[in-house]
Amino acid sequence: MKKLQFSKICKSFGSVVANDNISLSLGEGEILSLLGENGAGKTTLMNILFGHYVSDKGFIEVEGKKLTPGSTRASLDAGIGMVHQHFTLADNLTVLENIILGTEPLTRLWSQKKQAYKKLQELSKRFGLIIDPDAKIADLTVGEKQRVEIIKALYRDASILILDEPTAVLTPQESEQLFRVLKEMVKAGLSIMFISHKLHEILEISDRIVVLRHGKLVGEVTTKNASKESLAEMMVGRKVTRPAYEKLKKGKAVVELENVSLNASEGSASLSNVNLAIHEKEIIGLAGVAGNGQTALASILQGLASPSSGELKLFGEVLGKYDPCYLTESGVARIPEDRTKEGVIGEMELWENFLGEELRTKAKSRFFIDKKQAVSSAEKLIQEYDIRCEGPFASTRLLSGGNIQKLILARSLSNNPRFIIANKPARGLDEGAISFVQQQIVNAKTKGAGVLLISEDLDEIFELSDRIAVIFDGKIQGPFDSNKVSINEVGLMMSGEMKTDSVYEN
Amino acid sequence: MRINTRTNTPVWLIALLPILSIGVAFIIGACFILWAGESPFKAYAALIKGSLGSTFAITESLARATPLIFTGLAAAVAFRAKFWNIGAEGQLYCGAMAATLVGTGVIDLPAPIMIPMLFIAGAVAGCLILLVPVVLKTHMKVDEVVTTLLLNFVILLFVNMLLEGPWKDPMAMGWPQAARIIDNGVLPTIVAKSRLHLGIIVALIMSVLMWAILRFTVWGYEIRAVGHNQQASTFYGISINKSVLMVALFSGGLAGMAGVSEVAGLKGYLTLTLSPGFGYTGIAVAMLAQLHPIGVIISAIFLASIYVGADAMSRTIDIPNYIADILVAISLLSVLVGAMLTRYRIVWGK
Repeated sequence: MKKLQFSKICKSFGSVVANDNISLSLGEGEILSLLGENGAGKTTLMNILFGHYVSDKGFIEVEGKKLTPGSTRASLDAGIGMVHQHFTLADNLTVLENIILGTEPLTRLWSQKKQAYKKLQELSKRFGLIIDPDAKIADLTVGEKQRVEIIKALYRDASILILDEPTAVLTPQESEQLFRVLKEMVKAGLSIMFISHKLHEILEISDRIVVLRHGKLVGEVTTKNASKESLAEMMVGRKVTRPAYEKLKKGKAVVELENVSLNASEGSASLSNVNLAIHEKEIIGLAGVAGNGQTALASILQGLASPSSGELKLFGEVLGKYDPCYLTESGVARIPEDRTKEGVIGEMELWENFLGEELRTKAKSRFFIDKKQAVSSAEKLIQEYDIRCEGPFASTRLLSGGNIQKLILARSLSNNPRFIIANKPARGLDEGAISFVQQQIVNAKTKGAGVLLISEDLDEIFELSDRIAVIFDGKIQGPFDSNKVSINEVGLMMSGEMKTDSVYEN
Repeated sequence: MRINTRTNTPVWLIALLPILSIGVAFIIGACFILWAGESPFKAYAALIKGSLGSTFAITESLARATPLIFTGLAAAVAFRAKFWNIGAEGQLYCGAMAATLVGTGVIDLPAPIMIPMLFIAGAVAGCLILLVPVVLKTHMKVDEVVTTLLLNFVILLFVNMLLEGPWKDPMAMGWPQAARIIDNGVLPTIVAKSRLHLGIIVALIMSVLMWAILRFTVWGYEIRAVGHNQQASTFYGISINKSVLMVALFSGGLAGMAGVSEVAGLKGYLTLTLSPGFGYTGIAVAMLAQLHPIGVIISAIFLASIYVGADAMSRTIDIPNYIADILVAISLLSVLVGAMLTRYRIVWGK
């Protein structure tokens, strides 16, 4: 008997078919990977499993018993536990409090902390999930928070564990550790469903792989018969081409940071004594776990904040004016971290968003908007960058993430920038868009630009960068030549476990 | 039943929305009139006759609409940038005070200079008083809703103090009112034997001006951008604080001009009854116009007609003029609900 069985699940939203007749099963003690791009239907399927949505057709069985559709409580009672990509923990409570949250009936006056404490310790010992029950969530690292999420699911006697992109926020070493725990769990009889789009992880961890594309189940393979290439092709539906790396002779320095520090503002990490130089015709990849100062560094380079100490030289001259418009005018292309919230104004029309940082510089006598010119240049860029939309007067919020990123690239790269600050430019995009974005960045490098590529995706960093720097706790190590450093070393530096003498060269 | 997001909203739907909302308001209003024991047809006929039935009625409605256009614009501009200026009432009185200060004999210049000077003085006064909430917001993150609203009461009490004390006109036989605006400062009437004065022309010019600023200039872009998305605006290099300041200057200035227009155009002197809540009604005007400066003209005239018509109606038949407030309130609610329906579509069935 199968542990979990999806039978002919169909779900559509309006005219969009999110799940089209999906049937799949999960055996006892099995790790099944669910692979698919954004929008392939993975999340919808899991939402149906958890009763957030009711499927239009089809049903789910747990250990042969039909699951009540549309009831989260029923799913939890059936022993399904989910670890979300974004943690659902209360920062100001302790680990123990978070874990028992919601498990106790309202009518009980005294919470049974003692018993919970014992159960928690048992679980943590049994699966090697070491955690201090009395620690405050706010004080934990990302990896530890994830451990709490897993224990939380186990505490509720989950026998089926769903992990949604669990490694997105982890260093390679933390991922390794997670995998060991997962393997321990399946040995004890649990079943695990692992959702990801990172192929090498899926190949490492799972017994069986199911691939979704455009809401359809397009493939099912046992892991030993699968390869990275075949999976990628199945996921995307065609051969995937990534931009080819080409080493160029690097030119003059475009950006030089000397002892740059930025004191933390509310809720963000600070930057301390950063030294880094980026040259023409090179891409420097900045690796690091989110929240280690990338945002602070990006905000300085994007002209959104001025350093509290230190000096920034742009194209050989000390930058005195931290102003996005000024930077753009002097030849800096800025690709923001959050494309929909920061990169464009969804409620405004496309041509208006094409103006962006150049609103004033492109205005007639710096006051009247030159709409005719703006619309015609928007039209040109829409064609050139193949932005799928209804034209320059369409509302920007109607565009897909990939098309919004194309708009941002078109806006910033069409001016032939000399320096590009790209903050997670490919995050959350589908394969087609990723290769487009990466190709544009590589093209800009060939044309002579220097690029700082901030990313959490080490594959991306290693594929594109000439040199790699690592940021941890506001400090930067490197940059190192990308062929002289291993993923493993970078991973250790990302978690602060490896320190090298800074190889700072101009 | 499901609610879907509309991918695009046709223009005709946006234009239809206020009209439908007003229709809904009149239908629901009819129930209240029935409840009061009168025929809605008779009542509405009296209302329309009283607001549009004669040249005099029309000029009265337009005269009432004049301050509402100013305060409506004040709210519309501010709300576009999500700066919630609820203090147009106070700013209106500040404008009126400035007009009284400058226009009651301290200086006497020919009308073509005197009148613009009064408007400028009033606008500056409206701006200055709004600077208090703006600085508190930009420097200390104090919520402007609270500060602008509370300032209204402070200003009204201050006006009261002036009218009972230093500014009290000895010729007014004990009434708490200030001295008259001198002849050169009075806004001339533009229709003979009516109270409709030059103020409405100024109001119309300001509407067109605000529309042009919002639509064709960098300032307008920045105001709209800040209203939609502050994070992206910052990324585009737009200073949020500067935009808020700019919007506040427009908004306070327009509200101040409403005060000038009332003092120098309609009343002739400052009293505490200068504004029956024009500042607050301006918010309704702006919302009904969906924050569009040209729409403000139409919705101000509409609301003014209802108020003027309801006054006339209550004189001819036995319905209290509070029915006007009911009609205005319901049309406003309908617009708010309707505005949601322009963005979402309700789909019946599965």
